[in-house]
Amino acid sequence: MEEPTARSHRIACLKLTLFLLSVWAFVSFGCSILLRSWMDGNLPSVGSVPFGFWMAQQGSIICFVLLLVVYAVCMRRLDNKHGYTEE
Amino acid sequence: MDQDTLNYIFIGLSFALYIGIAFKSRASSTKEYYTAGGGVSPLANGMATAADWMSAATFISMAGALALGGYAGSRFLMGWTGGFVLLTILMVPYLRKFGKATVPDFIGDRYYSKFARFVAVLCAVFICMTYIMGQMRGVGVVFSQLFSIEISSGVIVGALIVFLYAGLGGMKGITYTQVAQYCVMAFAYTIPAFYIAIALTGNIIPQFGFVGEYIADGDPVPFLEKLNNINQELGFSKYTDGSMTMIDMFCITAALMCGTAGLPHVIVRFFTVKNVKAVRKSACWTLAFIAVIYLTAPTIGAFSRVNLISQLNGIQYSDAPEWFSRFRDSGQMTFKDKNNDGIIQYTGPLAYRKSSGELVIAPSENAKQAALEDDTDAMADPNELIFGADIMVMANPYMSDVPPWAIALLMAGCIAAALSTAAGLLLVLSTSISHDLLKKIIKPDLTDKEEVKWARIASFVSLAVAAYFGVYPPSAFIAKTVAFAFGLAASSFFPTLLIGIFSKRMSREGAIAGMISGISFTLGYIVYFQFLGGDPADYLLGISPEGIGTLGMLINFAVSFTVNIFSPAPPLEVQQMVEEIHVPSGASGAVDH
Repeated sequence: MEEPTARSHRIACLKLTLFLLSVWAFVSFGCSILLRSWMDGNLPSVGSVPFGFWMAQQGSIICFVLLLVVYAVCMRRLDNKHGYTEE
Repeated sequence: MDQDTLNYIFIGLSFALYIGIAFKSRASSTKEYYTAGGGVSPLANGMATAADWMSAATFISMAGALALGGYAGSRFLMGWTGGFVLLTILMVPYLRKFGKATVPDFIGDRYYSKFARFVAVLCAVFICMTYIMGQMRGVGVVFSQLFSIEISSGVIVGALIVFLYAGLGGMKGITYTQVAQYCVMAFAYTIPAFYIAIALTGNIIPQFGFVGEYIADGDPVPFLEKLNNINQELGFSKYTDGSMTMIDMFCITAALMCGTAGLPHVIVRFFTVKNVKAVRKSACWTLAFIAVIYLTAPTIGAFSRVNLISQLNGIQYSDAPEWFSRFRDSGQMTFKDKNNDGIIQYTGPLAYRKSSGELVIAPSENAKQAALEDDTDAMADPNELIFGADIMVMANPYMSDVPPWAIALLMAGCIAAALSTAAGLLLVLSTSISHDLLKKIIKPDLTDKEEVKWARIASFVSLAVAAYFGVYPPSAFIAKTVAFAFGLAASSFFPTLLIGIFSKRMSREGAIAGMISGISFTLGYIVYFQFLGGDPADYLLGISPEGIGTLGMLINFAVSFTVNIFSPAPPLEVQQMVEEIHVPSGASGAVDH
């Protein structure tokens, strides 16, 4: 295995990680805690529940599951692109 | 057939199922399930891990914490699921590639030091011990309810059963048994929610009912508005507001998340998967299965709150519903008739009773204080209904017309959740003392026989300690006790593992100093405020002991990096190893644990 492959793989991987973690922080700490009152007031309610509250009790969990799906799919593509195929 | 008999039958059947599957799997070669290319699909592994992960704190305590805390209860929902994202993205694939079975193993090798391994074992012991304390309380609550005995007797009966169960191997590591456990737990948890959702909101899906309207009496009103009104009428803060400051909420959520990513017994679970790619997939499934429970918990919390209040508050004690006696007999829900009128009055922190006997809800805490100063004979706490958050999940189905079999199934689920995690943790704890601590560090010439003996002694002692703290719990409800364990993990393992994985330069001196300062700060703070009677007014920055792990974690990071500047770089082969773990292919075969 050549050095540049390992290096570019690692950089791409870090970029993906940082992106996913920023979404993670935004939906949990952002929407559900720090910006919650703003979200309650300015975004449409989910059914009869204010948006920030809904994010804290339901939305964030749904987002977390989606994040892991994105992670698994993107990492598989990255691995394949850099030749780390393994079954 | 009465409810108790039905409960015993369901619990008996569920255990027959687990044992049957375990027996069948054992018969067809245990090894097969673990070796590379083995038959466990990421889906089955995900389900098994979810069962492992769901403890008494999640299953029994969390919905109650939500019912009592409202919005503030979200910290558990987000903390424990969000932590899984950190765990999957930052930790597990790399640790899996590294290939050693336990967290102290990784820390010992990465930081090329026996002493680092020793500190890691100590941290693991503290974390697991605190975690078991919470579980023992859960076991006690369940058995107390099952046999209608006092909670302290419930803890002792439970402790004996856990000891026997752990002796059987706790059914751990047998993936398909855990798959069965997950199914029992998931159905047990969600079926009552369907029934109650229909009764209260007319919608069969609880999550839709939760955002829908309350239709049980009179005109439909938005469900949460109904909850807010009920809470305010009784002198509680609004359900959607809770009673927690933003900084405390932030810190607790962060501590739970980072703690999840540093929890030794969860990390270990992923070593049974065949390669890095399967680990990612399996983590995905795990979180999806956990989410089934976590998305239902807030609905159960909210429904049970409405039901509890509408069925008990303002009711003549002699007319109280039949189920009330179940919880009264086990001492988990009591009625104290403070004004001797025979009516159950449930009130919150803003309520007080004037000396004239009139019940008043103050508009704010300050207004209440002022009123109490004017009327010195007033009753500051007129609440007459006393119960813990931990019983809400079990009491919930009785409050609506949930069929008896569903209640029996719920009891079976509670037992599975409480026993499996308690027994599993006990195994991890006793082996880390006998194997990691005694054999690997203190006394290398220990024979296998002595090692087993020490493991037994360790598990007996830790069970006794845990049972003691189960009878005299360090906090109001299970989820809170367990949160301390997460705080400890967040302040010790999370930073050290993270730096160990992502930085080549971190030296053993930095890591050791970081771990020690992080965990001792956190532990000291928890002990001071929970056991030594520290005054909550003195909280550092207003952060409660539940959330102090976040600060402990920052201290760990800061100390690690500072000490690292003044210490020599790690040897070349360690730096090489760190490079290696970032390459996803070529992981060694799966290990049995």
